[in-house]
Amino acid sequence: MTNEDLKNKLTELFPSATFEEGGEFINFFIEPSQWKSCAKELKEKAGLDFDYLFCVTCVDWKTHLTMVYHLSSTIHRHSIVVKVKLNRDQPEIDTVCDIWKTAEFHEREAFDFFGVTFINHPDLRRLFLTDDWVGFPLRKDYDDPINMIKL
Amino acid sequence: MENETNKKIPDSFPGEIYPVAGTDVVLTKLDDVINWARSNSIWPLTFATSCCGIEMMSVASAKYDFSRFGFEVARATPRQADVIIIAGTIVNKMAPVLKRLYDQMADPKYVIAMGACAISGGPFFYNTYSVVKGADHVIPVDVYIAGCPPRPEALLHALISLQHKIKSGATREQIKIDGNK
Amino acid sequence: MFEEIGTTEDGYMVINIGPQHPATHGVLHLVMTLNGETIVKTEPHLGYIHRSIEKMSESLTYRQFIYATSRMDYLSSHINNHGCSLCVEKGLQIEVPERAQIIRVIMDELTRIASHELWWGAMAMDLGAFTPFFHAFRERETITEIMEETCGARLTMNYICPGGVMADLHPDFQKKVKSFITLYKSKINEYNELVTGNIIFQNRMKGVGYLSKEDAISFGCTGPVGRASGVSCDIRKLYPYEVYGKLQFDEILETAGDSFARYMVRIHEMNQSIRIIEQLIDNIPDGEFLAKTKAVLKLPKGEFYQRVETARGEFGVYIVSEGGTTPYRIKYRSPGFSNLSALPTMVKGSKIGDLIAAMGTLDLVIPDLDR
Repeated sequence: MTNEDLKNKLTELFPSATFEEGGEFINFFIEPSQWKSCAKELKEKAGLDFDYLFCVTCVDWKTHLTMVYHLSSTIHRHSIVVKVKLNRDQPEIDTVCDIWKTAEFHEREAFDFFGVTFINHPDLRRLFLTDDWVGFPLRKDYDDPINMIKL
Repeated sequence: MENETNKKIPDSFPGEIYPVAGTDVVLTKLDDVINWARSNSIWPLTFATSCCGIEMMSVASAKYDFSRFGFEVARATPRQADVIIIAGTIVNKMAPVLKRLYDQMADPKYVIAMGACAISGGPFFYNTYSVVKGADHVIPVDVYIAGCPPRPEALLHALISLQHKIKSGATREQIKIDGNK
Repeated sequence: MFEEIGTTEDGYMVINIGPQHPATHGVLHLVMTLNGETIVKTEPHLGYIHRSIEKMSESLTYRQFIYATSRMDYLSSHINNHGCSLCVEKGLQIEVPERAQIIRVIMDELTRIASHELWWGAMAMDLGAFTPFFHAFRERETITEIMEETCGARLTMNYICPGGVMADLHPDFQKKVKSFITLYKSKINEYNELVTGNIIFQNRMKGVGYLSKEDAISFGCTGPVGRASGVSCDIRKLYPYEVYGKLQFDEILETAGDSFARYMVRIHEMNQSIRIIEQLIDNIPDGEFLAKTKAVLKLPKGEFYQRVETARGEFGVYIVSEGGTTPYRIKYRSPGFSNLSALPTMVKGSKIGDLIAAMGTLDLVIPDLDR
């Protein structure tokens, strides 16, 4: 499906979603409360079949966090980017690891580095850092005067 | 007569031969002989955290072949190893593990810091929150090798330097023992 | 960290494999729950080589950050550089000269062969055969020498920069690559005779570490791991970059999904890489090897994503730019990370000895997972 067709179809399915122009993929924003049902649709809806979640990450915009999900379909070979804005003080979002199994590790990574809580995640612990680590290092305001030597 | 007997022991053997009536006598110090023996049989621990590990594998393989110099077999357990080659970055989470491995090794034990990361944190010195800025913050190091990663020849050079250091009794381990006397 | 060792309430035994274990190829830590010798649960613990490259990259310029990625997946360091460089070029819309494109692709494929050869030797060593290690490194040294002559380094080449490659090819390059191809063709049969056809080896690999196609997609497995389960995921074919679209080569697909299938995919992939190099080596056009670029690169505001095929699978670079000289956020999508997440499913219910065979064919490079 071309990007244009895909966009029309997505507008039809998720009327509340907003699109962002630019970039090679279609970017669309969705509310955190709708993300879980949206993810199910994207995976299961015939014609969309986004069965391959190839990148999950989080970006700290200082005022809010944005979860970024890169999705692709192994059947139709089209890709989209779904973004979910989260509250920075209490970032919470539903897990999608029952839809795409790869999300389990990627979500643990996002929890580890950004402190995003994934509701219903089976095993939400720190993955890279030690359990007693304080703070979320990839946030922009993270500072560690002992270990971090600034250039 | 004297020349013939000289050929029987290798040049590297620490000691002198004195011809006494009818036979030859070798005079040496026991410390020197022990150091000489130790330096020619140092078994490394297979400890590799990152890129330098691949160059360490190159040194172990056919072309560079460190068993020529007595680094015969790489051991997987620290209890059988004599030298730990820190091949790669040490991060905060790994540091206790490295210390533990070092403690498990039997004396005398030697440490080689291979590559920029093990010396100082190398390319990961600035703006990282997890890298230990040099493995010598964790365990004492005998020989440092520069490079990112060092060439196999550089590692061979380091291993031979370690041998010289052991033979001359200048390693940290030996100085400590001498100091206790 | 290690107190988990002992027995669970159900009477299962808990053991640690790693972080210092020769079969984990680095510092991976697996906490295994075992019922006798049968694996009940596998729990990977990462972070023993987490060097925070993503955080570091936020303070490095667009020319500098590329070289930190050489140290991530150091066996495909050239391809990592390639991916990052393509991403920056995409943002700046730099046209790369054809000569540079072809040099990059030849180097990519040489890197891939070197990586697979090392994997072949190391995996056979995991299964108890020491000789293949020496055979693999003997041929691999030929490639590292070719690399060294042109790039100046054996392992972390740092040869690619935005706009092309740093230096022109060494005059002997073509001759040496051709002689490597001849050497490789005479040795690949030796590899197959020594290991592939070995009945003991086959018995240890066949039916071990099975991964179904659905699981492979769901876990995001790419590269030889995904292709051994029948998932078509070769980025070089699906989303061609540089000159890959014009080249003749096959995407190797197996359907068995076991360790032996993953093994065979890599062996055939080496042959395909040779095929690609053969097509290009006599057709390197003359001209510039580096496009003219500004001294200070500034990516426009926006987001850029580039995927490339490394020896381990799909490597992705996601750059978020705010228009400055340094990236606002960089995320590396590493192939090994997703491949490892499938390991607990692959080995569940099998014997602990099979774990080594399954993990060996995943071809994990731990700094690639940890970043």
